Amino acid sequence: MSRPTFQPLASLGRATVQSVAGFGYAGMLLAESLWFAAWGWRSGQPVRPAAIVAEMRRVGVDALPIVCLLALTIGIMLGIQFIAALKEFGAQSQVVMAVAKSVTREFGALITAILVAGRSGSALAARIGSMTVSQEVDALAVIGIEPVRYLVAPALIAMVVMLPVLTVFADAVAILGAAFYSAPALNVTVQAYLLQTLSLLDPGDLWQGIGKSAVFAVLITLIGCSTGFSVTGGAEGVGRATTRAVVLSICYIIVADMIFSFYLNR
Amino acid sequence: MNDPAAPLIEVHGLEAWYGKRRILHDVDFRVDAGEIRVIMGGSGSGKSTLLRHLLGLHRPARGSIRLFGTDIVKAGSRELQQLRLRLGVSFQGGALLTSMTVGENVALPLREHHAELSENQIRIMSRMKLEVVNLGGFHDLMPSQLSGGMVKRAALARAIVMDPQLLFFDEPSAGLDPVVSAELDELILRLRDALRMTIVVVTHELESAFKIADTITVLDQGAVLMTDTVDAVRRSDNERIQDLLNRRPREIVVDADAYLRRLTEEEA
Repeated sequence: MSRPTFQPLASLGRATVQSVAGFGYAGMLLAESLWFAAWGWRSGQPVRPAAIVAEMRRVGVDALPIVCLLALTIGIMLGIQFIAALKEFGAQSQVVMAVAKSVTREFGALITAILVAGRSGSALAARIGSMTVSQEVDALAVIGIEPVRYLVAPALIAMVVMLPVLTVFADAVAILGAAFYSAPALNVTVQAYLLQTLSLLDPGDLWQGIGKSAVFAVLITLIGCSTGFSVTGGAEGVGRATTRAVVLSICYIIVADMIFSFYLNR
Repeated sequence: MNDPAAPLIEVHGLEAWYGKRRILHDVDFRVDAGEIRVIMGGSGSGKSTLLRHLLGLHRPARGSIRLFGTDIVKAGSRELQQLRLRLGVSFQGGALLTSMTVGENVALPLREHHAELSENQIRIMSRMKLEVVNLGGFHDLMPSQLSGGMVKRAALARAIVMDPQLLFFDEPSAGLDPVVSAELDELILRLRDALRMTIVVVTHELESAFKIADTITVLDQGAVLMTDTVDAVRRSDNERIQDLLNRRPREIVVDADAYLRRLTEEEA
């Protein structure tokens, strides 16, 4: 049966089946979470607002300082690069436009999502993974608490609300950072730079970033939770799942970002 | 209500697989109201798997499992939820939620299923159950601050906080010193007498099994060897049961063909 020539084929098949199963599982988590959020209260399985708020604090508020710091740095960096690059064409004044569009459409959402994937996606995988290993998930089920309703739905809702909010913050701070560097270089005041930015941006630019960040939020939560639930093999398995959750989330975020950019900018 | 004479648990022809390995083989199992049933067997005999099927955590490959007269294999998720309110489970490692205090853990089932109760009522009810398991005053500690025996007792308190009719207890004495495990045995007996619970205990500790059991089910390699009273099990002339009782090592007969196959096949 298993001649050496068929080995790669067999492992390719197995990997394919596994990844299809993973997609299916994540899709089921999404559908169940939405169902519990909408109709859970009717069957005695309500998604508790307190749990959502607690999760929002963990995902959103606690991440705000580091998101702002990174966004500021990225803004300054973009200012430096654009001024240097556009100087060659004598088009420094276009820096305002370039920064405004690239931050709101791309970098704000992307940087925030990558950061949150590292902070909260891994935390979700670690928490659910260690609960799976220590039978806490089973305990929830036999107490009559659906684990998806209790663990996944609040995280999903909190993430979908907070990631776009963080993205808006990141947009604002990054543009401010760019203004700090570029305004003196362009011989304008920071206020004038910001006013010009506002006049150049249209709502579509902002919505592009915000819409993408909502999709990233769903990706981060589903990948974190599904790798957490599928943990086997004790503490080591939890560690592996955490790494896997972060790497997978970031990969999917970047691929999704590319696909969105392609369709939204044609 | 159900007929009082009807069995609380009724299992017929249960078969379970993990991948290619058959774990349970044609298991028939029945527990009547008010008894303490001990499921006994060595490691790998399938007793934990049987327990997980009884709790509805796994779907069997074949066979039926009835709890309180309802087939949980065919039951919808809401029906299963309702059934679960009538049973309590204490897991082997306790499975207390590590993010909550002991008191919050015990109160969790009440909070989730009895929204009409006030905070005061919930606090009093959960502390009463902590008193029952001799953990009065420990409600503010985190699970990580408890010893192994205390974790098991806290898990027991959570399992009985809804006053279930049916209590499952997985390995009550595993990893505990003899005194603590004897105390847990006493506690199990008291629960049956005071709260009229039907209790199913999974264990491989002979001493504790003989002390608490009304009837014992002996599992071996995924099949039920016998189900009978403590004395009958002690007197049984079945070789495997006597091996288990007298701590005799198994005499493993090697099947030469299977042995060779395991050694040589790439995907055995």
